[in-house]
Amino acid sequence: MADGAHTPASLGGTDVFDDVVDTRTAHAREMEDRKFTINFGPQHPAAHGVLRLVLELDGEIVERVDPHIGLLHRGTEKLMEARTYLQNVPYLDRLDYVAPMNQEHAFCLAIEKLLGIEVPYRAQLIRVLYSEIGRIGNHLLNATMQAMDVGALTPPLWGHEEREKLMVFYERACGARLHANYFRPGGVHQDLPMDLVDDIGRWCHEFPKALADIESLVTENRIFKQRNVDIGIVSKEDALAWGFTGVMLRGSDIAWDLRKSQPYECYAELDFDIAVGKNGDCWDRYLVRVEEMKQSVRIMEQCIHKLRNCPGEPVMIEDNKIVPPRRGEMKRSMESLIHHFKLYTEGFKTPEGEVYASVEAPKGEFGIYLVSDGTNKPYRVKISAPGFRHLAQMDPINRGHQLADVSAILGSLDIVFGEVDR
Amino acid sequence: MSSLVVQAQHEAALTPLGAEMVGALGVEAQVAFGELTLVAPRERIVEVMTALRDQFGFQQLLDVCGVDYPDREERFEVVYHLLSLTRNARVRVKVATDEVQPVPTVVEVYPSANWFERETFDMYGVLFSGHPDMRRLLTDYGFEGHPLRKDFPMTGYVEVRYDEEQRRVVYEPVKLTQEFRTFDFLSPWEGAEYPAPVLPGDEKAGGNV
Repeated sequence: MADGAHTPASLGGTDVFDDVVDTRTAHAREMEDRKFTINFGPQHPAAHGVLRLVLELDGEIVERVDPHIGLLHRGTEKLMEARTYLQNVPYLDRLDYVAPMNQEHAFCLAIEKLLGIEVPYRAQLIRVLYSEIGRIGNHLLNATMQAMDVGALTPPLWGHEEREKLMVFYERACGARLHANYFRPGGVHQDLPMDLVDDIGRWCHEFPKALADIESLVTENRIFKQRNVDIGIVSKEDALAWGFTGVMLRGSDIAWDLRKSQPYECYAELDFDIAVGKNGDCWDRYLVRVEEMKQSVRIMEQCIHKLRNCPGEPVMIEDNKIVPPRRGEMKRSMESLIHHFKLYTEGFKTPEGEVYASVEAPKGEFGIYLVSDGTNKPYRVKISAPGFRHLAQMDPINRGHQLADVSAILGSLDIVFGEVDR
Repeated sequence: MSSLVVQAQHEAALTPLGAEMVGALGVEAQVAFGELTLVAPRERIVEVMTALRDQFGFQQLLDVCGVDYPDREERFEVVYHLLSLTRNARVRVKVATDEVQPVPTVVEVYPSANWFERETFDMYGVLFSGHPDMRRLLTDYGFEGHPLRKDFPMTGYVEVRYDEEQRRVVYEPVKLTQEFRTFDFLSPWEGAEYPAPVLPGDEKAGGNV
């Protein structure tokens, strides 16, 4: 009714709105009804913490993903500006709380770069040993949780059993299962007892068997492969342009690992291989993580061998202007008491300047950009977290996938909200 | 190999690279702590980043962040961290800006800049012109202010709690049971500084010490 607007509406009739002409075909009208927006999270077991995704769907096909983050934002960077360097170390544990010591490592490296100090060899070995423990613990959690995201329940339970043993190693080294505060600027807080080193060695011997069990359950599982193979493919070019690091980069067939390419600590003298994927899909990323665990065991065994060869060597630098004296000394010597008091109240000062230090954390490159104004507190700390860079690309990775693939892809990104939100 | 030796090697390799960039891009370069820093004019940041990606092979943008220097005329610095996998090198690019001058976005050059720039806007209020999706990222819905600015108090202005009676979350001004304590650690052994002659009895001592 093209002239409907000019003729008065017939009384009692139903054609009042007839001037609105719907030119769409019946099919198009039906397609329009299929589009809707749903809210995924923040309270959802597959959201890996507090992620809120606003999904725009066309039927079951994802058209757009809008991640809303910040629900765990605690203002770590702001808090760090008001505390001394030593007081700041525990904040790093609370970022990626699945592998806490790897974060501390980057912060300590940044401070050491500013101060221009070199960590003793035994401390380097302990740092590498515990970084690899963190890596295995992280991958155990993530690879098996990825299986849970697509419906399995047993793998995470088996994974947690091994992870629990690693937490005990954390606890025996520093007294805390998670928030370690063990890596300090200038070394590590305390030496490892020799029987702990032996026990870690024994675990390294037993772990490949446990890992093979988990692998037999997951890797070739029909459902796991159906849900992960060819899902969430990231091409080489995209992986570079999107700023991906770590497993997300290696899964797309780019052999880049900071432990090899920019070796820190004693990684240069350790023998290990870099695992890469071929297709850049979710399954390849899972396989890379499994292989990395095996390589980490190799690194740990070499560290244990070297640690046995240097018992009793210092694990902290000796400079009491940076590192507090041992407790025994502090009780005896006036000089040490003064140093102890000064370091635990005022802390040490760093020279003016700015540095960027990064480590190959389990999730990717974890970087610390530290600006110092020459005082005892950092002027600015920027935490560059791998999870943040990966989650930022949820939208392009997910487009065109099914709704059910969103959780599979999210699981393979390896997100922990402590570091995404900071 | 000692990390200090590695740092010296980096400096030796980065100095000529920096000089090359100065020649090609017309930026300032400086090498410190084994790291190369470029200072670029704000208007030319897209051009500089494109050249760094295409001519110098810096494939990845790993971080963008702001730094606040309230004393400066242009108080904010926007800092970009780039990584080259082929050169195995890093470079840092800095531009200066203030609350009103927008920085051209580099999303077209490096897609990873999208969230980083949103975060920088959220935390510092730095504006990025041409950004496709300039919303807040980390702070609460409806948050006011830019928390990482040096003049923003660490405790913030509002706190939230669940109100039983209204059966919803309510926003209230921050109440501190104890005042936030800041200590002056920079001169703890000097004692208090008194204005010139104040202490009784000290008047005669002046100049005769």
